[in-house]
Amino acid sequence: MIQETEWKRLFERAHLTMEENKDYLCELDRPLGDGDHGVTMSMGWKAVSENIREELEGENDCGKIASTSGRTFLSAVGSSVGPLYASGFMEGAKRIKQKNDLSDEDLRQFWLGFINGVQKRSGADSGDKTMMDVLYPIQKVLNDETIPVESRFEHALWAAEQGMEATKHMISHKGRSSRLGERSLGFQDPGATSMFLLFSTFVTQATESRNAHL
Amino acid sequence: MKKLINDPDSVVEEMISGYLKAHSSIVNGLDANPRSIIKTNAGSKDKVSVIIGGGSGHEPAFMGYVGAGMADGAAVGNIFSSPPPDPVVEAAKASHTGSGVLLIYGNYQGDVMNFGMAVDILEMDEDIEAREVVVKDDIASASKEEAEKRRGIAGEFFVTKTAGAAAEQGYSFDDVQRLTEKANRNVASMGVGLSPCSLPQTGKPSFVLADDEMEIGLGHHGEPGVERDKLTTSQHVTERILNDIIIDMGLKQKEEVSVLINGLGSTTRMELYIMYDKVESLLKEKGITIYKSYVGDYSTSMEMGGCSISLLRMDDELKPLIDAPAKCPMYTQS
Repeated sequence: MIQETEWKRLFERAHLTMEENKDYLCELDRPLGDGDHGVTMSMGWKAVSENIREELEGENDCGKIASTSGRTFLSAVGSSVGPLYASGFMEGAKRIKQKNDLSDEDLRQFWLGFINGVQKRSGADSGDKTMMDVLYPIQKVLNDETIPVESRFEHALWAAEQGMEATKHMISHKGRSSRLGERSLGFQDPGATSMFLLFSTFVTQATESRNAHL
Repeated sequence: MKKLINDPDSVVEEMISGYLKAHSSIVNGLDANPRSIIKTNAGSKDKVSVIIGGGSGHEPAFMGYVGAGMADGAAVGNIFSSPPPDPVVEAAKASHTGSGVLLIYGNYQGDVMNFGMAVDILEMDEDIEAREVVVKDDIASASKEEAEKRRGIAGEFFVTKTAGAAAEQGYSFDDVQRLTEKANRNVASMGVGLSPCSLPQTGKPSFVLADDEMEIGLGHHGEPGVERDKLTTSQHVTERILNDIIIDMGLKQKEEVSVLINGLGSTTRMELYIMYDKVESLLKEKGITIYKSYVGDYSTSMEMGGCSISLLRMDDELKPLIDAPAKCPMYTQS
């Protein structure tokens, strides 16, 4: 379970994660794009984190916190990650509307919504070398009935990492890097990487919160 | 790479601030959004409103083309990044007169998503009719069979010029859209890259090219082109690029074109005019007449080295629009 204050902390932690990985994400983006993915993520998450302490300070609706953060991210970065993340957060937020704390099932619903939102906006298929190559494996595990609900996120994290690494062997089919064709082979997708980092931050926070409430 | 700036994170804000101060008689900012720019008398005349926009770093594009006879407003994104929907929506709201809003932008995934969201917001929340013209002039960015995937580069200048003049001349929303699409379908561009630019926040070059290399068909953000070769003479490069454009457009003898030789940032006027010299003689050899010419920095990539050629096929409908006067901070035509 995650409480509203922990849910907010997650957004602030995501900012710190992106800040720490700013140069790394730029480095990954250089052979595939403008070399500014780390800058974009840092700018977007900085705005989100600031807004958590400002506009959302007194807010305890986890859905509202997620949807507002999505819009804040979009307004700060534009670009293509802006609409993709905003669509994800808005769709995820719908599933946790007016909740002050989130159960494992709520968190699962949030991520399934998030993934749906991004997928609808991006139209990317599995294997297109995008953030969807991290999100589809997460979706698959979260829907896997053979795994107990409480341990699905940990499994999903492992799947997400595999998905991120698999982008090295993919040819880009979406966005600016699609023009590279075979020249995009061998490089890990920066958008998939930042999505993995976000998910990883999320799972860390969720695990810490769960342990704290035991 | 060296840049004379302050905080790398605030280059866009400081640029806009200086721009608005320097050209206060032509352009205004908006309280509703710091990334919206509109012309000073926007909304005062009943006409179609033309809104442009895209990432920063391409100056004069896009904000430099706000003014009489060109765009009514512009949305300014981060460096090489599409603006979010809000500044597009606010510029449209501040300039529209009920005759429709035409959004013009280059064909990049980010721009398509953000401007698309702006259209939805304008129609659903603001009850303002908005349509889009997506510029796809870079023939090196996809084959003719996949022309829908082509990116927009310097040819957007001609598309914006057409839209701005048609709106100013009082054409209906349908006609402004039709004429703008006509310009869009009849413009083709291709460039060559010689040296990279660097982003203020990273300071690193956007791509790597050896000292003696050039890349034919390089995109405006350093996207790879069609081939990488040893740097050769201007006339050789000009011939290569111009031929590709002529073939792609299917240009024939006795047709008329307007020409734009665009510098990417650090390529000198000297080099651009040397290129124009060859373009003119090659077109003449082929019996193609030049209607109007533009040589200079019209859409840059910060300090990138290189240039592009754009041709716009002219007809009797487009001629008066290209000839029409315009007065913008970074471009004037009388």
